[in-house]
Amino acid sequence: MNLNYEALGLVAGIEIHQQLNTKEKLFCRCPTVIREIEEANGEFYRYLRATKSEMGELDRAAEEEMMHVRQFRYLTYDTTCLVENDEEPPLPLNEEALDIVLTIAKVCNMTPIPEIHTMRKLVIDGSNTSGFQRTCLVALNGVLPSGATIETICLEEEAAQRIEDTLFSLDRLGIPLIEITTSPCLHTPQAVQKTAAEIGMILRSTGRVKRGLGTIRQDINISIRDGARVEIKGVQELDLIAEVVQREVQRQVSLLEIRDELKKRGASIEKTPVEVTSLFSTSKSKVLTKAAMILAIKLNKFGGLVGKEIQPGRRLGTEMSDYAKKCGVGGLFHTDELPAYGVTEEEVAALKKTLNASNEDCVILVADKPERCHCAIQQIIKRAEMALEGVPKETRKMLEGGSTAYMRPLPGAARMYPETDVFPVRVTPERYASYEIPEMIDDTIERYIREFGFTRELARQMAYSERREAFEEAVAAGIKPALAERAFNSTLRELNREGAPIHRINDEDIKSVLLLMNKGAIAKEALSPVLKALAEGQTPKEACERAAPNLSEDTLKAIIKRIVTERIDFITERREASIGPIMGVVMKEVRGSVDGKIVNQILREEIEHALRNS
Amino acid sequence: MSTTLTTGDRVRCTMQGCSCEGTYIASRNGMATVKLTSGYNIGIPEENLTRIGISEMGDNPSEEIIQDSSLPHISIISTGGTIASKIDYRTGAVTSQFRATDILNAIPGLASLAQFRAVQLCNILSENMTPAIWQQLARAIYDEIKAGAQGILVTHGTDTMAYSAAAMSFMLRTPVPVVFVGSQRSADRPSSDNVMNGMCAAKTALSDLGEVVVVMHGTTSDDTCLIHRGTRVRKMHTSRRDAFETIGDEIIGSVQYPELKITISPHAVQRGTHDLVISEHLEERCALVWYYPGMKPEVLSAWEGYKGIVLAGTGLGHTGTDMIDRIKKMSDAGTLFVMTSQCLHGRVCDRVYDTGRDLLAAGVIEGEDMLPEVALVKLMWVLGNCSSGDDARRLMRENLAGEIRRRSPT
Repeated sequence: MNLNYEALGLVAGIEIHQQLNTKEKLFCRCPTVIREIEEANGEFYRYLRATKSEMGELDRAAEEEMMHVRQFRYLTYDTTCLVENDEEPPLPLNEEALDIVLTIAKVCNMTPIPEIHTMRKLVIDGSNTSGFQRTCLVALNGVLPSGATIETICLEEEAAQRIEDTLFSLDRLGIPLIEITTSPCLHTPQAVQKTAAEIGMILRSTGRVKRGLGTIRQDINISIRDGARVEIKGVQELDLIAEVVQREVQRQVSLLEIRDELKKRGASIEKTPVEVTSLFSTSKSKVLTKAAMILAIKLNKFGGLVGKEIQPGRRLGTEMSDYAKKCGVGGLFHTDELPAYGVTEEEVAALKKTLNASNEDCVILVADKPERCHCAIQQIIKRAEMALEGVPKETRKMLEGGSTAYMRPLPGAARMYPETDVFPVRVTPERYASYEIPEMIDDTIERYIREFGFTRELARQMAYSERREAFEEAVAAGIKPALAERAFNSTLRELNREGAPIHRINDEDIKSVLLLMNKGAIAKEALSPVLKALAEGQTPKEACERAAPNLSEDTLKAIIKRIVTERIDFITERREASIGPIMGVVMKEVRGSVDGKIVNQILREEIEHALRNS
Repeated sequence: MSTTLTTGDRVRCTMQGCSCEGTYIASRNGMATVKLTSGYNIGIPEENLTRIGISEMGDNPSEEIIQDSSLPHISIISTGGTIASKIDYRTGAVTSQFRATDILNAIPGLASLAQFRAVQLCNILSENMTPAIWQQLARAIYDEIKAGAQGILVTHGTDTMAYSAAAMSFMLRTPVPVVFVGSQRSADRPSSDNVMNGMCAAKTALSDLGEVVVVMHGTTSDDTCLIHRGTRVRKMHTSRRDAFETIGDEIIGSVQYPELKITISPHAVQRGTHDLVISEHLEERCALVWYYPGMKPEVLSAWEGYKGIVLAGTGLGHTGTDMIDRIKKMSDAGTLFVMTSQCLHGRVCDRVYDTGRDLLAAGVIEGEDMLPEVALVKLMWVLGNCSSGDDARRLMRENLAGEIRRRSPT
């Protein structure tokens, strides 16, 4: 679909959520480490229910989540505590996390909040044991170098990881998270993706954020003229952002077309469902024959539109199904897609007859326990009514490929309640002034090219690397930039391709190896085997000894003398030109234990000596 | 500016570099709390606020709960506590503000179990509980049972719930269950334990029990509530849901959640075993003294003139030898000393070591296997109701309400 975004009035903004790499969690002293679920040491379960805000209102998103009361199970670890279990009050706000967030706020030219108040944001989908996510507004009103404007920066606690349906893992709960929200200042899918990349660059420039899959998530807010604000949650891949925006615009355009067509037809929705359980008692559809009850609702003059595609793989019927699922039903059938799924033409005809429906109409079926059926039909009626209005305001989740599914209504301010267990934190002008702005990665890249003579690609790799800081420290300690780059980047990448567990190598060990090389204790040629040995769990000393045993000058001279003697014919024939090939033989033997320069010098002397004697 | 602002006023906040609008909530020490349109609260100096609209906040009337007249009667007596608490903008902390009827709104499932009569006795945090309020509470429970209640629910803060439950155990003989319930997570949280505790407590109030009990979470999961005897229960954790434990006895029973399947132990007192009696006198001049190594005898003088002192002694029931003279003097002057143990588990025995024998000779009586706090409450009640010192000494060593077990089963 070719879309003219300007004509459609596309307005978009993004929220970036990034985990911070702090020592401890935001409101307890647990480490911020992710665990394997096999390492869990316990499990418990709870129920959650919606509560009113301090203003006495009930949040509509939470209210909907309550329709289907579920039991949530939680896995605990030896790295989680009673705070994650919602069994102990939170500790004061983690100052290290606040420092990082305030630094980022300063990079974005924002105004800090004079006194930061922690809030409870109601979230009762089970991902927080407390039923709320603690969050605080830290700064307002910023602008990025590209001109995009930042509305707010918040500091939040990460939610628990959902393992499956109602099972959650508590290792992630409470890791500090920065939330950066742009204003609705973006007008094309590309601008949204570019801004997300820019914010990502700023975050990484601090060197204080977590890395790896799942540590950064983007939410996108989108609307078009006459459409409605839709928030799409959990876009993890940067490269998909433009596609997601484009598909949402397409969805809203299609929903508006459906609305116009429904209005033209004079469409309406019946209010009372009809029980049709007996019609399907001999059906080939197991879903229908197994159900305790089958309820049907007629949507007058909706025929053909419920089955209309509004996004790749999504129809108006799919949207209705998402709403119905909130009641615990597995889904729905609609006559635009029938006969199918074991339902015969005769059964469809009987259904239409019972509901007095013509081909202009659409009939929707749900099959389940009676209370679920009634609940689901009400949800379907609600969504059908929304189709007459156009685009509903919703929170949606991203599906594979970039289409989206309904999650819940857009939450309002009613979901915010003060976190009474955490004292407010003052941010004085002196404190804000004390933060140093880190060099932006874009500038780092230019500096590496200019000062170290790196290619743009190498400079980019090194600047974005998690080991950038260690690299800079090594260079400051007198290691040549090219060698340091190989140690902290290129060689590690090669070893990684070979399958070596390079994540096990710590930066300090690499640095000590580099310092040994600088002293000439081991040769630069030994870099790759030494790093490999580090990856296998050896200490720098062991790694150097194994990969490059220490040779005394006498031993080295003896080795060279022997090799020269063995190859004396070759040497006399090639004379000075023999140095290159013989050098290779010697270096292979000493396995990088000695600097090539020293080998070269001794070898040269030995060959000259041999030639004089021959 | 602050003098003219009231909660709910629309305000503009001016900060360096930007401004935003919100709703004024309250001020403390020159810092105002403002709720922005997004729902976030921020703190900002009062002088940076400008009023742009006046408060439009109205009351949020509680919804009327329709009660089913075919169900049995339970009275809820509310004393306050976390089971019915919400935020206080004066201090920014959680305080008890609900009325008893709000508990029915907070726990809608209750209405399907019984008809409730709500009595608001007081509205305090349980650390502010006093023997005087115990007397009012005993009278309120007595009146409700007399008026036909088939069970009593007492909502209470958890800090001193065990003291109050013990007090009611001595002050009342009850034919129906008197159930204390609270919550460890405030009612304003989606994860509050108030719903499960409240439902299980109501189920217990309808059961065949005939004594004073505490009903609270039995594990960290939302699966079981335990029923504890009022004279054997203790809060054993500062914050966990399953903080309450029965010490030195078997639990009275349990309630499975959400099925509300109740199991009652054979040693529980059955409904109707006792006729309704109230003895509400208490001698308030009683104290609980926790002995520690190096404690000076002068410390005891602070309680001179008191009618009774419970000592929480070390091990089998000891204080340092230096204390004994002072104890003897006060005992001779009319103070009744009862020895309990800091061990909580096990029975006091002052006949094993010399110090114990000297304490007995000084007039101290052994508090058997009573919990120190329970012994204190019992001492208040015994001294309030006995005319002679000998009667008091005898009653302190007798089991009145399950607080003393004659045997120590293994």
